Amino acid sequence: MANYKFAKEKLAKVLSGLSDFKVLAPALTGDVARFQEVTDPAQVTLDYGNSNVPPKELMFPETETLFKYRLGQDEVEASVPSPEEKRVIFGIRPCDAQAYSIVDNLFRWDFNDPYFLNRRESTALVGLACADPCANCFCPSVGGGPASEEYLDAVMFDLGDAVYLKTLTDKGEGVAEALSGVLEAAGGDEKKAADKQAKDALGKIQRSIDTAGIPEKLPSLYDHPFWEQFSDRCLGCGICTYLCPTCHCFDIQDESEAFDARRARMWDTCMFAEYSLHTSGHNPRPTRKERTRNRISHKYSYFPEKFDVIACVGCGRCINYCPVNIDILDILEKSKEAEAKEAKTA
Amino acid sequence: MMDESNPYLPYTVKIEDAWYETPGDRAIKTFKVNFTDEKVWDTWSHRPGQCAMVGRLGVGESMFCISSSPTEQGYLRFSVMRMGKVTCALHELEAGDTMTVRGPLGNSFPLEEWEGKNIITVGGGIGQAPLRPVINYIRANRDKYADLKVIYGARTMSDHCFKGEFDEYNQEGTACHLSIDVDEEKWPHFVGFVPNLLMEVAPNPESAIAVTCGPPIMIKFVIQNLEKLGFAPEQIFTTLEERMKCGIGKCGRCNVGHLYVCKDGPVFSYATLKDIPEAFA
Repeated sequence: MANYKFAKEKLAKVLSGLSDFKVLAPALTGDVARFQEVTDPAQVTLDYGNSNVPPKELMFPETETLFKYRLGQDEVEASVPSPEEKRVIFGIRPCDAQAYSIVDNLFRWDFNDPYFLNRRESTALVGLACADPCANCFCPSVGGGPASEEYLDAVMFDLGDAVYLKTLTDKGEGVAEALSGVLEAAGGDEKKAADKQAKDALGKIQRSIDTAGIPEKLPSLYDHPFWEQFSDRCLGCGICTYLCPTCHCFDIQDESEAFDARRARMWDTCMFAEYSLHTSGHNPRPTRKERTRNRISHKYSYFPEKFDVIACVGCGRCINYCPVNIDILDILEKSKEAEAKEAKTA
Repeated sequence: MMDESNPYLPYTVKIEDAWYETPGDRAIKTFKVNFTDEKVWDTWSHRPGQCAMVGRLGVGESMFCISSSPTEQGYLRFSVMRMGKVTCALHELEAGDTMTVRGPLGNSFPLEEWEGKNIITVGGGIGQAPLRPVINYIRANRDKYADLKVIYGARTMSDHCFKGEFDEYNQEGTACHLSIDVDEEKWPHFVGFVPNLLMEVAPNPESAIAVTCGPPIMIKFVIQNLEKLGFAPEQIFTTLEERMKCGIGKCGRCNVGHLYVCKDGPVFSYATLKDIPEAFA
């Protein structure tokens, strides 16, 4: 694959050059960056840490129509996105791209989910390596890194005045081709600067966890009281799951306006009581203790048991936005301490 | 199989017949349905224990076991207790109306592995619904299995599902042991809870498989008593239920530990479940 660059001041021109694509990029509203379809290239920013809302909504919208129908009739019309629509997510962080690849496992598990997978197929991921990781980032602990290229089609490094762009797949090269009049060839200097930036960024990561043994050992702590240290504080707001790029749970509801109806799915969270509540009134996860345990166990034990990969990319959002400072790394460290103590007394 | 390109799209089925199994606020109604597009039968195949999302457009869908055996051809049966939004809406429907079916979903009872063995079913209330296809499958393949025993109880005489069918089993030589929780006039059979009825019948565990379904509390005590009778965990099977939305292992909520009831289940051997505390939560 090839190496390119463009002057940072020409960012708007680069984005305009992608007129054949639906371009999705981080745009500022006030000082909040959120991925959205680019209508005005001037709004797009490459100077952001991690977007508050992860770009999972670009593959798995907060609410989406599964099919439409008319009340009183039996015919339904599927609302599946076309796999042919050309989309590019411009400036996605490596961790958020890794999250897509993790959730792929689930949406391909025996039944292919055409809504998620068609969007995946039609979308090129042009990543943006992190030069300054956030305070709670721990991507290297869970298989990623601030400049990880593994899950991207192309990666950009913000080198100050210039942006270095390296294509990694045919899909990424397709995006670069569309920009042939705008991109210039990059040389050894840019590559050297990018390598240095990646190395420096890795050194700036402040938090970490050794995940060895966690997936195997967590189930043995099912009844352990340590969960309550965290669940007693939990407000049950669900923000840790809504803003998690790998959380994929959804509800399905029928909605109608007059006779126009749809079946839609919408993000849901295991942190809500209604999520697992039976019609009988019985709830297998009746308190926040069971729900906190399920959230952590799902990410660090149940998901890896099934798909051989931890369902966490270390983006730090659940830590950053928890209103009562519940910290997933703290929970995992405490689980290891609890397990070690149990093993000693056993 | 369902539309492989989109597992969220349901089939339309027409209700050929519908009747009440039990009366009351939590009545159980059985629906006998057929696909409006008869060509679906060319690709449809289900096994005893499998489920389907049954629903009404405009309301939603819920997971139910297919209570007919694949050996009963040309229709599907679902027995639905009136409990919540979807089940109340389904109860409004009568013969001639349409509803939706999405399936078959989940795993099934390993009936081939059970060939040559004695089979004991232990059901409580609406929990007989997933056992009915097992019983009917064995009746249709009678020479492949040894003894068949049916143990079934409900709270009252009127709460018994599939009433006439137990007489049919009896006439064929299948021993049926029935119970109600509290004594009523003219009840000739056992009075007490199903786990107690099981101890009264005391089936021999040798070369036997016990299959149980009912309220969670009943399943728990039935399994305890089966173990007392000498059944090994590998000889005990049950079906679980949890709240479900997608039925295809995506929406998340039906997990017990690392197992999704909709996809890894609903049928589990106790050998699998005994190490998963959440299975009996």
